[in-house]
Amino acid sequence: MKEAVELPDLANGLLSVAHDSEQIEVCVSRNRSTSVKAYQGEVESIKSGMTEAVGVRVIVDGRQGFASAGSLEPRVLSQLIDEARENLKFAEHDPYQELASPDGVAPPGLLLSDPAIRSISESHRAAVAIELEKRCLAADPRVKNVRSASWSDGWGEFALASTSGISVHSEGGSCSVGVQPLAEDGTETQIGFAGDAARRPDGLDLDRVVNEAVEGATGMLGATQPDTESVTVVLEPSVTAAFLGIVAGALTGDRVIKGRSPFAERLGESIAAAALQLVDDPTDIDSLGADNHDGEGLATRVNSIIENGVLSKFLHNSYTARRAGEISTASAVRGTRSTPGVGLHALSLVPGTATRQQLFDEVGDGIFIRGVNGLHSGVNPISGDFSVGAYGHRIAGGELGEPFREATIASTLQRMLLDIEAIGGDFEFLPNGSGMASIVISGIALSGS
Amino acid sequence: MQSKSTSPLIDKEIVARTLASAMKNGGEWAEVFVEDRQNASADFDEGRVEAMTSSRDLGAGIRVTVGEVTGFAHTSDLSPAGLDEAARAAAAAAKGSTMNIPIALRGSGTSKNNVAIPPSSVPKSEKVKLLRLADASARAEDHQITQVNVRYSEGCRQVLVANTDGVFNADNQTRTLLSVNCVASGDQGLQTGRETVGYTVGFELFDEHDIEAMARRAANRAITKLLARPAPSGQLPVVIEKGGGGVLFHEACGHGLEADLVNKGASVFRDRLGELVADPSVTLVDDGTMGVEWGTVAIDDEGCPTQKNVLIEDGVLTDYMWDHMRSRAEGRSPSGNGRRQSYQHLPMVRMTNTFVMNGEVEPQAIISDTKSGVYVAQLGGGQVNTATGDFVFGMTEAYLIENGEITTPLREGNLIGNGPEVLKNIEVIGNDFAMGSPGTCGKDGQGVPVGDGQPTLRVAALTIGGTAN
Repeated sequence: MKEAVELPDLANGLLSVAHDSEQIEVCVSRNRSTSVKAYQGEVESIKSGMTEAVGVRVIVDGRQGFASAGSLEPRVLSQLIDEARENLKFAEHDPYQELASPDGVAPPGLLLSDPAIRSISESHRAAVAIELEKRCLAADPRVKNVRSASWSDGWGEFALASTSGISVHSEGGSCSVGVQPLAEDGTETQIGFAGDAARRPDGLDLDRVVNEAVEGATGMLGATQPDTESVTVVLEPSVTAAFLGIVAGALTGDRVIKGRSPFAERLGESIAAAALQLVDDPTDIDSLGADNHDGEGLATRVNSIIENGVLSKFLHNSYTARRAGEISTASAVRGTRSTPGVGLHALSLVPGTATRQQLFDEVGDGIFIRGVNGLHSGVNPISGDFSVGAYGHRIAGGELGEPFREATIASTLQRMLLDIEAIGGDFEFLPNGSGMASIVISGIALSGS
Repeated sequence: MQSKSTSPLIDKEIVARTLASAMKNGGEWAEVFVEDRQNASADFDEGRVEAMTSSRDLGAGIRVTVGEVTGFAHTSDLSPAGLDEAARAAAAAAKGSTMNIPIALRGSGTSKNNVAIPPSSVPKSEKVKLLRLADASARAEDHQITQVNVRYSEGCRQVLVANTDGVFNADNQTRTLLSVNCVASGDQGLQTGRETVGYTVGFELFDEHDIEAMARRAANRAITKLLARPAPSGQLPVVIEKGGGGVLFHEACGHGLEADLVNKGASVFRDRLGELVADPSVTLVDDGTMGVEWGTVAIDDEGCPTQKNVLIEDGVLTDYMWDHMRSRAEGRSPSGNGRRQSYQHLPMVRMTNTFVMNGEVEPQAIISDTKSGVYVAQLGGGQVNTATGDFVFGMTEAYLIENGEITTPLREGNLIGNGPEVLKNIEVIGNDFAMGSPGTCGKDGQGVPVGDGQPTLRVAALTIGGTAN
């Protein structure tokens, strides 16, 4: 396959066709990935591929057109600029619509590309996937089958150049594993899942993955539906991530300026318990969300969003910042194939000090939530209504008790933030890039039988 | 009716050579999947066209299998050399004993574009007019409508599938969609209302559907909810309006009837063929041939013609859904359910249009026969744990039922239930079958377009995840 053209040259080269009145931004990327799945001690599938992509934004007089393609063929590239030009004819004038300009902030200089990812052998991939399955089966006699055990790794390169003087290039890779064991007891089956991701192969913690996945399946055997009542809940870090990710999403510029956030008018006000400190920090290299630049090529920076419970900042890309009369917080997120939106890179919670057992002791009687589902259907980030399926364990007298399932937990995002009782010290970085800990929330409506 | 024949995406001889190359290093079976996808969309927000975008994707995925082992490689380089390299990569992964079978491809590898008006032939200005019309209609409905977002999208996907069994089939899939999202602002905060119309058709969609009426419905959903009170918490009877809740069956049992999940023991419906798994009033069908519905395709992404598959008949589990790998392993014919998101993905068992057949009861009788419960007019998305059958789905428009009448609107929340239990707890099925809104079904990270539908029906009890006692 052809790989002769350097991406930064390609991106910058395309800018030369810009007319005087035009702003053009070109985004190009190239990714290679391989994944292996194991089943019953053998390799079940090996999948590999190379993808190339290009996205072009053209802005003239506050009107934006965008076109993208899954190919870097010269013929496709030249056509694409014309398509974006054609598209912008139908967009309407928006005085705030222009490209990001360099703002003088220096990038954090993170070294994110580890060559170890590029020398992973076929046999290593297969061996890890097979081992994951084997270890799940060996960990507990009730694990009778593993739905999937997989290894993936990939290497990607990205370049962005614009007529406003932005030119950035990045490359890097990561690898990940995932496993789904099935535990059986009589006619009952429970499925567990755990995964990990890292920038180098030796960064993966297989022990933790196996333990978590097996425990997730076996621990839920015998689960029953709980009673309907108002309870105090302890969310495990991945569930905290889901909840706070939705909250932080409602603090992004486009939602705020368009009146689609319940927090739009609340800057500077106390919106959460004083214990809550929320930061989006893509400069922390320990997060998989770490990056030197945002989706518009501006240097990433630390953004403190909630300080001592007070809403301190909204996140912006250059467009939403211009409209809000602010400066960009370098929170543009995008794929090569889409225009920049506003989003989170590496959302982190400032942890407390309590161990999980200390949180249970404090709660006394309540529930421990190991997982939630239906986030996309049961949470409305505009109204703030929150209702999701939940499973986990009862907490009785400060001790972890019987498992429960087929229940929902409900409140509103606004209420839940104020009802945070404690934040645990069990901080961890999750595969999605967020850094989270267990949190305790009171006054949650638990629906069951 | 325009009926244009196209030439194959890739010449038959090159495809045959690629298959031969894929088999050269060994393999029992090989497949070439070629896709050419052109999408365009327009976003209208805050009273103006925010962005018009277009995209193009062209590439091939090559699969080689040896027993249960699959090798797969994809490429966007469709030159003979690019295809050959991908074929070798896929073959290296499968590592079989060498086989050199002559490959005779049957079929023309071409397809007809049966849409009346290809969306790409319509001037963009016409599309902008539609967006404006929807926006104005929604805003005119009530001054409490503070934001309207209208999204238009069109997609034309041409696929060509060839394999060493001799398959050389093509399909041309055109889909057109318009959705309206409204935000209403009242004393107690913000509420949202959504309405979508989308079919496997071209721009004629807008001759057949009244966009103004649809935009008004979206606005009214949001406005109605401004007066909504918190949904109840706990178990109650639930009546689901026709077309509003097919997703219940998609989640409650559809996924559990996918043969790949059944095979791995990850379905509560494994080993249950021939058993009564639902109330005898329930007949569940998955039908990829169904008119112009959102999940309709002429062939699946393994080149197999789609068909009407009865999964549950009069409450009895009659069959699962199948793809190439599972049906070959079980020595039976596939059911046209092997689908994939794009050429970059391996196919697996997926639903198409999944629905419950009509019963005999008047819908009004179902409501008036319900003493107290919840009436769900529109469901959002859902999610299922196929191993346990536990599922959730969101109510985006719901009301209380009190003494046989629909009364107070309810705020949004999730419903939760267990698939096998819910199927047995279906008490009554109406005679007013309707398909619902177009959907995207996600499985193992791949999204494919699906349809669902059902007549008005009542479930004896579902757990409602509200906050009111």
